[in-house]
Amino acid sequence: MDFDLSKPQKLLKQSARELLARECPPSRVRRALETPSDPELWQTIADQGWTGLSIAEEHGGLGTGLVELAVVMEEAGRVCMPGPFLPTMWAAAVLAQVGANEQLEKIAAGELKATVAIADGEEARFVMEAHDADLIVMVSGRPARRPTGVSPGGDPHDPRDSYDPGDPGDSRDWYDQGDSGDSRDPYDPGDPRDPHDSRDAAARDVPRPAGETPAHLITSGATVIRTPSMDETRKLSTVRYDGDLALRADISAATDLATVALCAEMVGGMQWVLDTTVEYAKTRQQFGKPIGAFQAVQHLCADMLLLTESARSATYYAAYERSPLAVSVAKAYCSDAYREVCNKGIQVHGGIGFTWEHDLQLYYKRAKASETLFGDATFHRERIATLVVDPAHVREFAEVAQ
Amino acid sequence: MDLELTASERQFRDDFRAWLQAHVPPPFHGDKSQQTDYLRAWQRTLYEGGWGGISWPKAYGGRGATLIEQSIFQEELALADAPHLLGTIGLSLVGPTIIAMGSEEQKSRYLQPILSGDEIWCQGFSEPNAGSDLAALGTKAHRDGDAFVVNGQKIWTSFAQIADWCLLLVRTDSEAPKHKGITCLLADMRAEGVSVRPLRMMSGDSGFNEVFFSNVRIPATQVLGKINEGWSTAIAALMNERANLGSGIQVLFRRNLNALIARSHKMRRNGRAASEDPIVRQKLAQSWLELEILRLNTNRALTSLSKSGVPGPEGSTQKLYWSEMNQRTQQTAQEILGPYGQLAELDDGMWAYSYLRARGNTIEAGTSEIQRNIIAERVLGLPKSY
Repeated sequence: MDFDLSKPQKLLKQSARELLARECPPSRVRRALETPSDPELWQTIADQGWTGLSIAEEHGGLGTGLVELAVVMEEAGRVCMPGPFLPTMWAAAVLAQVGANEQLEKIAAGELKATVAIADGEEARFVMEAHDADLIVMVSGRPARRPTGVSPGGDPHDPRDSYDPGDPGDSRDWYDQGDSGDSRDPYDPGDPRDPHDSRDAAARDVPRPAGETPAHLITSGATVIRTPSMDETRKLSTVRYDGDLALRADISAATDLATVALCAEMVGGMQWVLDTTVEYAKTRQQFGKPIGAFQAVQHLCADMLLLTESARSATYYAAYERSPLAVSVAKAYCSDAYREVCNKGIQVHGGIGFTWEHDLQLYYKRAKASETLFGDATFHRERIATLVVDPAHVREFAEVAQ
Repeated sequence: MDLELTASERQFRDDFRAWLQAHVPPPFHGDKSQQTDYLRAWQRTLYEGGWGGISWPKAYGGRGATLIEQSIFQEELALADAPHLLGTIGLSLVGPTIIAMGSEEQKSRYLQPILSGDEIWCQGFSEPNAGSDLAALGTKAHRDGDAFVVNGQKIWTSFAQIADWCLLLVRTDSEAPKHKGITCLLADMRAEGVSVRPLRMMSGDSGFNEVFFSNVRIPATQVLGKINEGWSTAIAALMNERANLGSGIQVLFRRNLNALIARSHKMRRNGRAASEDPIVRQKLAQSWLELEILRLNTNRALTSLSKSGVPGPEGSTQKLYWSEMNQRTQQTAQEILGPYGQLAELDDGMWAYSYLRARGNTIEAGTSEIQRNIIAERVLGLPKSY
């Protein structure tokens, strides 16, 4: 057993760190707050071959494992890298699943920025970087994030809870295709735990930037409306499309892959916040000594380390194991841990920590945005409960333990 | 990164698992006074089977097992529901310290009986006025001819009521700075002037003791390491203690949580099984994932220790994590079980016991506060605090 990065993985990490320290300093992240797109940064990423990391060699990628993607994402998270890398990797996983090889090859070559839009009726919300995407993979319906079984906590009258148990990835998990946009209450807040049930922002009368049409779509004719949000280093849009949706698939395995990549990014962010905070605690003087000499401050830092390292263990295990359970363990933990690490980090910094000037704000906002992306801790804990609390699985685990 | 066991690790696991199936005795149900004999016999069985002191070098009668194999060993013992190891202090703490710092005479005298379970050890470190600040210990020893004469008191001494020997820290130079005047002695618990008083915990357990030393003569040949340099001996021993916590305990926690999940299907809440209540499900899932992460953290720490070879502050992060985790999980258990969780009759009082026992977890073997200090200073490099 060797729970450590291999030598090539460590080299990849080191080179990613050096490159991003050089090419993606805080000034560049801040520029993303003001500008819609950073083509040079994308080109830098493409030149490294990172867009092909998780794509099979037969489609022009490097065909490495998810651990390698996680390694790069950790370093991307450390610098709070803006732009469409994460949604493009998510889209690549979906495209690989549905066999859209032509687009996959373009992504591997760094020629295509892509994203995934989960449509609820004719509209998809919280679509990452859609305004900058060459390709929007529009998927109909909401994927079941509960891999098997009926949640006993559910409402018996809710059709979403009446699907048959099936294997993870079973297409029957696409159980919500009939939920059309017209019949729903636009003010229905929806299921806040479900990243793909995004009705809470529906039809509010807020001024929006004019819609624009991306260069290419799997299903052409969509409109992209930017929805400015807390973390403008990862821009969100609403995507509208009123034609038939071509792609109906269970993308939960692809979403799990992207979730692991996100967790790794969160771990990198936690590491930056921890390093920055410890450095500050060593230099900032009060009462004639560094504040890091006070136990109250030390203990906050020690807890930050424990949260960061635990998140790292869970994330790399998920990257290695790739089971729905391992993925949900990682995301449930990282969602809470990144927020907590940022909270403690800002607490140690004091007033400077919540200014616009300090870069902590970038991470604090990214932590909050990442917390809900692909399901928050509550959502993933329910997914874990389905796997480990519900009777069939309890038996299974009892047998494993024998 | 390869989380599978290697062929030789798998072989080790399979061998030990098969051996355990053939040798683990039925659970002890007899008179409490005979339990020590039962446990001694179990340790002798392990020893005779070649499974005593597996971490020790082969030259000293051990098996030279890797850290990963030691972890497998602890896991398998827990999975097989094997009796606990009476000589655990000797095996995991005293033995390795004697191997590292003892004289040849000491090695040949003390090591073999530790392995066989013929001699049980305890650890005389903490005192009423030296807990977290261990170096403030005040038990005194003065030189008298070829012996040291010891006077003072130790507390929280596990296994003292049955121990034959004690790894004892005493102050031999009161003038020196507190870390510099400490000596480590190998003390005979049967010597004249040693008396033991069990401490009863709120769980009803009497695992800890007070030990009193009144003019106890200990031959100078029984100094471990150098006179007045016992602090470094103590640190080496404590590192062994913390590095050993994690692998076995994780399996015990898993069994406890599985039992809680099974119980949650039988308990009712709001007119349905507790296991169907969304809040209960959230809490069970949180306990499950925290325990899973304990397992993963343990495996990462083992990998790191295997490569560095020296137990380091990883032990502190592990200890901090599992102790606080277990308290949260036991609170979840109490919430799910309600007043039934406090009953002596439910599952033989296991839930009440686990809850009360967990309270001590963040205090014993270094409080959470001390662990955080160690992490802050030794891992993060923050300035020393007071």
